[in-house]
Amino acid sequence: MKISYYPGCTLKNNAKNFEDSALCSLKRLEVETVELERWNCCGTVFSLATDDLIHHVAPIRNLIRVKEANTNKFMTLCAMCFNTLKRANERVKSDPESLDKINKFMYREEVKYEGDVQVLHLLELLRDEIKFENIAKKVVKPLKNLKIANYYGCLLVRPKEIGLDDVENPTVLENLMTVLGAEAIDFPYKTECCASYQTVDKPENVADRTYHILTSAQSQGAELVSVSCPLCAFNLDYRQKETVQKYPEFKNIPILYFTQVMALALGCPEKDLRLDLHYIDPKPILREKGLL
Amino acid sequence: MRINLSKRKIKDPFVGKVEELSGQNLLACYQCGKCSAGCPAIAEMDILPNQIIRYAQLGLKDELMRSKSIWICASCFTCNARCPKGIKIAEVIEALRQILLRKSEDHLKVKKLSAAEKGDVPPIAIISSMRKFTS
Repeated sequence: MKISYYPGCTLKNNAKNFEDSALCSLKRLEVETVELERWNCCGTVFSLATDDLIHHVAPIRNLIRVKEANTNKFMTLCAMCFNTLKRANERVKSDPESLDKINKFMYREEVKYEGDVQVLHLLELLRDEIKFENIAKKVVKPLKNLKIANYYGCLLVRPKEIGLDDVENPTVLENLMTVLGAEAIDFPYKTECCASYQTVDKPENVADRTYHILTSAQSQGAELVSVSCPLCAFNLDYRQKETVQKYPEFKNIPILYFTQVMALALGCPEKDLRLDLHYIDPKPILREKGLL
Repeated sequence: MRINLSKRKIKDPFVGKVEELSGQNLLACYQCGKCSAGCPAIAEMDILPNQIIRYAQLGLKDELMRSKSIWICASCFTCNARCPKGIKIAEVIEALRQILLRKSEDHLKVKKLSAAEKGDVPPIAIISSMRKFTS
């Protein structure tokens, strides 16, 4: 299988551990990924104002890059990119007038966008195309006795029209973790907002959310939390510093991308896990379980 | 808090502007409160999501324009998912932010952020906060 891949800015910066572990996992699953050429910023947030067409230009341009790669579908990893690209796609697909205006605006594009590209998240590729039963066959290091709570955040599952699972009770990550041999822990805060970009000007608000989300996971017995969004990852991991300052009784817990957990089970080398890019070191718990 | 209602406020073009920018019918709301019950950010809000809709119906422009709440909402869409009337509350709040931002009244002062504040967070955090908080 071969698939075009849109990384987005943060996968090339803070979330290198997300990218490297995903690409290594896909290689193990015999999927060839081809990074799109000349990809640009997705816009990070989908513009919600009805008349604001200009902010849909950036995501639509990326969809043109997919067509230029002679394909009609591609995959992304970041939840924010997924949400923005897919929503912009749905918006122009359901509104030909907007699509026409956007096409007319982009003077330098040689290819016209016609709403004919499919936006996939890696989790959809794993679940619907590669299929979990085939992933199970490739597991070389089952994650025995490892209790993982899976945090989805908002943008993978909401709004319903673009979400890849149930809006408030998704289970795709739990199902994947089970296939990898881990014990998936359910907890009520798995789709609760982490306060997102408020981390820039209100880190104290993020500390509150991080506290509630992570203590909820811990109360269910979680030993680590898997995530699927680089902003959630930052807030839940790096903002544990502020969380401890505000709530001294708070106990740190490591945060890993679901792809790092998968890469570990599929036998990827440590250099592709990039376990050095974390605030809370995940190595002790992984060593304790005999996984490193 | 004392709130003055008037026919003038209800008929203010502000109400129509909010409906137009958000694409929502404000009068569809019957104040069940589900949006506020499920909102993860209400602890930091001064006007709750269901109250925002009520204030917008009544044209209480000044109260909404100086509320903290419109800058606290991070568009997690939980309210939208739960509204029994299908009102997109997050879109209404976006419309309120837009009314200020389109007058260049930025909420985030990017120039005032320290190098550490900008450098420690991932690029998506900076870009999305600028998208939501600046014009």
